[in-house]
Amino acid sequence: MQKQRLVLIGNGMAGIRTLEEILKHDANRYDITVIGDEPWGNYNRIQLSPVLAGEQKLKDIILNDLDWYRDNGIRLIKGCAATRIDRERREVHTAAGEAIGYDKLLIATGSRPFMLPVPGSDLDGVIGFRDIKDTEKMIVAAALHRHAVVIGGGLLGLEAAHGLKLRGMDVTVIHLGDWLLNRQLDDTAGRLLEQSLAEQGLKFKLGARTQELVGENGHVAGVRLDTGEVIPADLVVMAVGIVPNADLASEAGLETAQGIVVDDRLATSDEHIYAVGECVNHRGVSYGLVAPLFEMAKVLGNQLGGCGKQRYTGTTTSTKLKVTGIDLFSAGEFMGGEGCDEIVLSDPAGGVYKRLIVRDNKLVGACLYGDTSDGAWYFQLLRQERDVADLRSALLFGPPRDLGDHGTSGASRAAALPDDAEICGCNGVTKGVLVKAIKEQGLFTVDDVKKHTKAGASCGSCTGLVEQVLMSTVGSSFQDAPKRKPMCGCTDHTHGEVREAIREQHLVTLADTMKALHWKTPDGCPSCRPALNYYLISTWPGEAKDDPQARLINERVHANVQKDSTFSVIPRMWGGVTSPAELRKIADVADKFNVKMVKVTGGQRLDLLGVKKEDLPQMWRELDMPCGMGYAKGLRTVKTCVGKQFCRFGTQDSTGMGIALEKAFDRMWAPHKVKLAVSGCPRNCAEAGIKDVGIIAVDSGWEIYVGGNGGIKTEVAEFFTKVKTEEEVLEYSGAVLQLYREEAYYLERTVHYMGRVGLDYIKSKVLDDATNRKALWARLQLALAGEPDPWQAQLGADAAARFTDLTV
Amino acid sequence: MSTDKSADMNHWQSICKLDEIPAQGARVVKREGKTDIALFRTLDNRVFALDDHCPHKGGALSHGLVYGDTVACPLHNFKISLQTGQAQAPDEGHTPCHKVELRDDTVWLAVD
Repeated sequence: MQKQRLVLIGNGMAGIRTLEEILKHDANRYDITVIGDEPWGNYNRIQLSPVLAGEQKLKDIILNDLDWYRDNGIRLIKGCAATRIDRERREVHTAAGEAIGYDKLLIATGSRPFMLPVPGSDLDGVIGFRDIKDTEKMIVAAALHRHAVVIGGGLLGLEAAHGLKLRGMDVTVIHLGDWLLNRQLDDTAGRLLEQSLAEQGLKFKLGARTQELVGENGHVAGVRLDTGEVIPADLVVMAVGIVPNADLASEAGLETAQGIVVDDRLATSDEHIYAVGECVNHRGVSYGLVAPLFEMAKVLGNQLGGCGKQRYTGTTTSTKLKVTGIDLFSAGEFMGGEGCDEIVLSDPAGGVYKRLIVRDNKLVGACLYGDTSDGAWYFQLLRQERDVADLRSALLFGPPRDLGDHGTSGASRAAALPDDAEICGCNGVTKGVLVKAIKEQGLFTVDDVKKHTKAGASCGSCTGLVEQVLMSTVGSSFQDAPKRKPMCGCTDHTHGEVREAIREQHLVTLADTMKALHWKTPDGCPSCRPALNYYLISTWPGEAKDDPQARLINERVHANVQKDSTFSVIPRMWGGVTSPAELRKIADVADKFNVKMVKVTGGQRLDLLGVKKEDLPQMWRELDMPCGMGYAKGLRTVKTCVGKQFCRFGTQDSTGMGIALEKAFDRMWAPHKVKLAVSGCPRNCAEAGIKDVGIIAVDSGWEIYVGGNGGIKTEVAEFFTKVKTEEEVLEYSGAVLQLYREEAYYLERTVHYMGRVGLDYIKSKVLDDATNRKALWARLQLALAGEPDPWQAQLGADAAARFTDLTV
Repeated sequence: MSTDKSADMNHWQSICKLDEIPAQGARVVKREGKTDIALFRTLDNRVFALDDHCPHKGGALSHGLVYGDTVACPLHNFKISLQTGQAQAPDEGHTPCHKVELRDDTVWLAVD
């Protein structure tokens, strides 16, 4: 098949990012030509402020050098503008007189600074702040002149003012609003910002309107305000807004309205022409920050790369000012308004101000000044539209935290950490290494960072910290915590969408699921295959067949792999109870197979360590005990205390209750490991408060707690309900676990599932709706009825391939 | 088998039938006094042979999950190319490869 011709007009961040996404999917699909009117490769425009401030050099901000274009077979026409689009002949004409034919055209012409239409705006020395050329002009002006005026107290204006000040100029910022950053901050935060910038030597004219620019010999000499006051200026930087570059498109007859109008596929009114970036108008919005551009690039790249039908539905943006020493953050509807609650912490003397806007129990806006360490966390809550009712009282103080103990949804004080602080404990990545990689390699997402540095790529407990470092390093270009996160690189679908499709389309095999959902890889990866397998068997018990090759080694051979590639064997001992005969048998087996260590596990079971894989089946035979599933994403153990049978405080038979629970939930696969505990009295010797389901006996019955976790991040379980009988304990805890089994995402612990859906939701499904509770409990029993004991199931003849080796 | 060895410079030996390796799985070949070799079978029935040893911490690659023509080490998820034995960036390291062929439905391995 002949390659299609793809032409990109605009050599900026949005367009090139789109090409990168396309190449990632299918590098051979198109003959690509890029037309750019700047004379260099693609660079990181958002880093121009640090370049102006002298913190970075121009060469440091190149994202794709000329070799990149060559290596990818892309023709780059640089330093030459596209002048006309001929839609009938499907050609783009350039300033050099060339006509370039296309099958698909991508317009990513960005935006230009809005120049105030006041007299004198065409004088020399009046510039915008958009590209390398503007930056160089400012650097030269700062070396030759003294007075600079920046018109516009928004993000870009303040960054320009800060940079010029650092380069020794006397800078005045003229701003129409009553406070700085009035589109990002409320008045209080704006005043705090003004104060600290004033301390750095910047001057401000707020609520001030520019009337004209005064010139001398064709060069600007001053700015006259409408009060008559004239401020001397050798350089005037206009930073009052941007205008989408849509002229080329509108002249070609494409629909425009303050930007090129695109639909959710980023297609223009001509089906052969697409547009991304600051030049577009999507659902009435034009964006001037990088995160949305990259999100558009991802969607369009995916589509043009021939693999998906992603939709772009808009982006919630957040901002951060790239001015050294100033911490501010804002996102969403930070001003609040009708129907909103405001939660405010104001300590002007201490330079800290936080304002959170909550509506219908959801965080809809945040404005932070002075302490922005929780910004990423708030932004995540905001984009996920998470119910924050349970967090509300402590919301202002951020997520509960200890360094290095963040949970995947956590955040930290990354900005304050020294460079040698270890961020990722699994891979030994320090903050310094991370920051260097982010800057030098132009990383923008947590996934990028994982791929290039390994930080956060192993146990994932540091993801929150990594996100923080990323955010504090790249500022407003930060792009993460997406509302919609694909399962893995093999698909564009989220965990939720995949679960739904499996249920709705009645999919029962991995192959069918991958086909129905247009998987990009033939057989998935180590992250999606186990997840799909779980979704299938939990949705269609008895019908979907478990696929051992979609299981990681522990679940494939039903034992725990150890660092030396031997295994450990944990037989089930119901409720932690054993007998002298069973102990003798375990001891004999341990002797016979030269077990290296016999250990009591954290869950009160015996673990036989150091077993060779080929010995596993024979050991199981000789043990003749059920599999303890000590390796499983499923029910592990039910820990118990002695209870009233022996304990002088015990109020109920906790051991018996534990055994009953373990037998009821035995062989239960789940999104993640599941641990239960039963304590016989409120002294809680079985530590039921940090289990997925914890039961505490009291005189009048049983208290049930849910969502505890003793893992990476210790979480205390929440009180769920109190019941009277043992049957009720089984039914209520079974229903909660079944709900978790049916709705949680793979590898989501109960605490994270509950965090996502809210405890009230679970109560509504299990406590308030008795019919639903009984149905859930019945579905769990049905699912477990057909589950064989994993060890017994492995003893058949076909197990040979799994446990025996070949020789030469 | 000794006649086979002398007849073929590469010492090709037949090891097993393709069916004896699970699809998207692996089988270990033990060698006297040498590193075990892991034989892999992909979804589309290609076979590969690597030392059964991850360059990172020596994990048994034969225990790993096979996808495309890659295997993920079960210990720390290093992704090793079955074609080249090379670890995927940002990880570093290399696992030696062995020559292996499928003749009809029999797997042949070149042993040194």
